[in-house]
Amino acid sequence: MQWGSWSEFWAMGGYGFYVWGSFAVTLLCMAGEMVSLISTERAARKHDGEKV
Amino acid sequence: MMPWFLASSLLLSIVGLYVAFFVAPTDFQQGESYRIIFIHVPAAWMSMFIYLVMAGWAGAGLVFNTRLSGMMARALAPTGAMFTFLALWTGALWGKPTWGTWWVWDARLTSELILLFLYIGFLSLTAAIEDERRADRAGAVLALVGVVNIPIIYFSVVWWNTLHQGASVSLKSAPKMATTMLIGMLLMALAFWMYSIAAALLRVRSIIREREPRAAAEV
Repeated sequence: MQWGSWSEFWAMGGYGFYVWGSFAVTLLCMAGEMVSLISTERAARKHDGEKV
Repeated sequence: MMPWFLASSLLLSIVGLYVAFFVAPTDFQQGESYRIIFIHVPAAWMSMFIYLVMAGWAGAGLVFNTRLSGMMARALAPTGAMFTFLALWTGALWGKPTWGTWWVWDARLTSELILLFLYIGFLSLTAAIEDERRADRAGAVLALVGVVNIPIIYFSVVWWNTLHQGASVSLKSAPKMATTMLIGMLLMALAFWMYSIAAALLRVRSIIREREPRAAAEV
């Protein structure tokens, strides 16, 4: 564990904005896509009357 | 089958992120900003890899006139476009602290941007054409024409050695990266790959459901 404290972790050596800006947008896009895919699948299954 | 890919993707990213932030050391030159590599490189690899797989399916669809190939290509395109955007986004956020600029008309950045336009072109072209089969064919032609852009991206740093860094990971030479950094990056690349398969499988199921109502009953 090379981070002295959580605040040091978030500061990311002063690059916090850039590092977390990259990771946050990546997480948002990937999670967003997956959630939308799964919800369309669920809705379609319910529509087809199959068990979810 | 899809849940397996999604589960392995989650597992790989958790381990990968742990290595990325808690095992990999600080870079002597770039400090902490280099940690963006753990998503920038996997996203860039996936943007090219998915395009090749997409063009492969599209080409097969053209040659064998099989319906599923066109559907697979269309199932892959949105995820490929997303990774291309992410490669450009994370690259810009990495470039700002290290190069001092969000964007520069460097050979690799420009060809990656062209890749994004190719994806958007494929998506809009296939969405615009009413008849699904004709849309697949038109999309396939565009995808195949765009394949030439992939080696350009890959070798752009070699041919025009502009600002973007050369390949630090190549199969022939020993890795020029600290092993923990390399492991973290490869774990994330695998995680992104599993994710892409899960996304494509999910999306192709809904495309099949749309196009083949009778076949979908048994899906």
